[in-house]
Amino acid sequence: MSELFDFTLGLGDDALIAAQRLGEWTSRAPEMEEDIALANIALDQLGAARLLLTYAGELEGAGRDEDALAYLRGDREFRNCLLVELPNGDFGVTMAKLFLLAGYQLPLYTALSGCADERLAAIGAKARKESAYHLDHASLWVKRLGDGTEESHRRMQDAVDQVWPYTHELFTADPAAPVDPATLRADFDAVVSAVLDEATLTRPADGWAPGGGRDGVHTEHLSYLLAEMQVLHRAHPGARW
Amino acid sequence: MTDPRAAVAAVVDPEIRVVTIDELGILRSVDEDPGTGRVVVTITPTYTGCPAMDVIRADIRRALTAAGHPDAEVRTVYAPAWSTDWISEGGRAKLSAAGIAPPAPAARDGGVVALTLSVRCPRCGSPETEQVSRFGSTACKALWRCRSCSEPFDHLKAL
Repeated sequence: MSELFDFTLGLGDDALIAAQRLGEWTSRAPEMEEDIALANIALDQLGAARLLLTYAGELEGAGRDEDALAYLRGDREFRNCLLVELPNGDFGVTMAKLFLLAGYQLPLYTALSGCADERLAAIGAKARKESAYHLDHASLWVKRLGDGTEESHRRMQDAVDQVWPYTHELFTADPAAPVDPATLRADFDAVVSAVLDEATLTRPADGWAPGGGRDGVHTEHLSYLLAEMQVLHRAHPGARW
Repeated sequence: MTDPRAAVAAVVDPEIRVVTIDELGILRSVDEDPGTGRVVVTITPTYTGCPAMDVIRADIRRALTAAGHPDAEVRTVYAPAWSTDWISEGGRAKLSAAGIAPPAPAARDGGVVALTLSVRCPRCGSPETEQVSRFGSTACKALWRCRSCSEPFDHLKAL
């Protein structure tokens, strides 16, 4: 039970924190169409987060619902990967983060859709369709910026270099999980290499590999994010629309 | 007291008000317990984060109460995942008449959805159209523009 709870909570937290970060772009994106796109992708992530956290709460059996898990945990209790909590940076960094996250979530949700756990299989089958759109959207931007002007190329390469170390944590082996993340690496590598090649970008060398998110050890950025996300709920416990 | 199935099937989608939840394919089943009269409605969301679900649930309860079935439960299921292929022929015609280009058949393998090369303009019928934004006014739509009549229009994305 506990193994399945940890796994489900980790994926739910990935989606929740990604949604919160993407939501920060609302009204600030470089053009109106992109503003709408980022808000839509954030909404998809939030939808997946709600399903995963609701299920995690049921697995735990301690009476915590999606709201209790989202709003009433401190940073050390979150199990999201570090990649999603990193600041948005410039638009290139945001696209690099989204591209790498979707490159992981698409094969993950696809594998989940065929796993033995019925609830996770249903969530995977639903979320993978949305992930395919996220990956496609981010890939278009990575190519456009990478194979664009000298300045856009430089900044897109900087962005990929900056967030690349945080991808290794995503594929830490966990043979007991419904889907072992280590088995997703080949799909991720194939997609990432193809897009980076077309974008005339260089795949960064593997080296430093920060981790700890799945154990609740986060960067300093997460608690600031949580403060903003949780303040209303904590100030007015039980408030409803 | 009217047929609960007919009452629920007539509920309109709160974001695309020209079609019913039945025509959109998000209404999966309506079952009435012959003994207790309790009605169980099963629906499925178009997108996981669809913000209209709460309103749809409330509208279903309201419709059932008005039809003489106050004892109702609305269940939400996620499998099988909704597909735009579930939109009825009648629903597609209504979308088109309302200026929303209906979706092409969805990709089979759940992979990247292929872009349709010619989405016809729902205003003038021209195939000379272009995508402005992959994401539109709601989660299920993309924004397109017609190069013949210059009108922008919504296109329900194949999923």
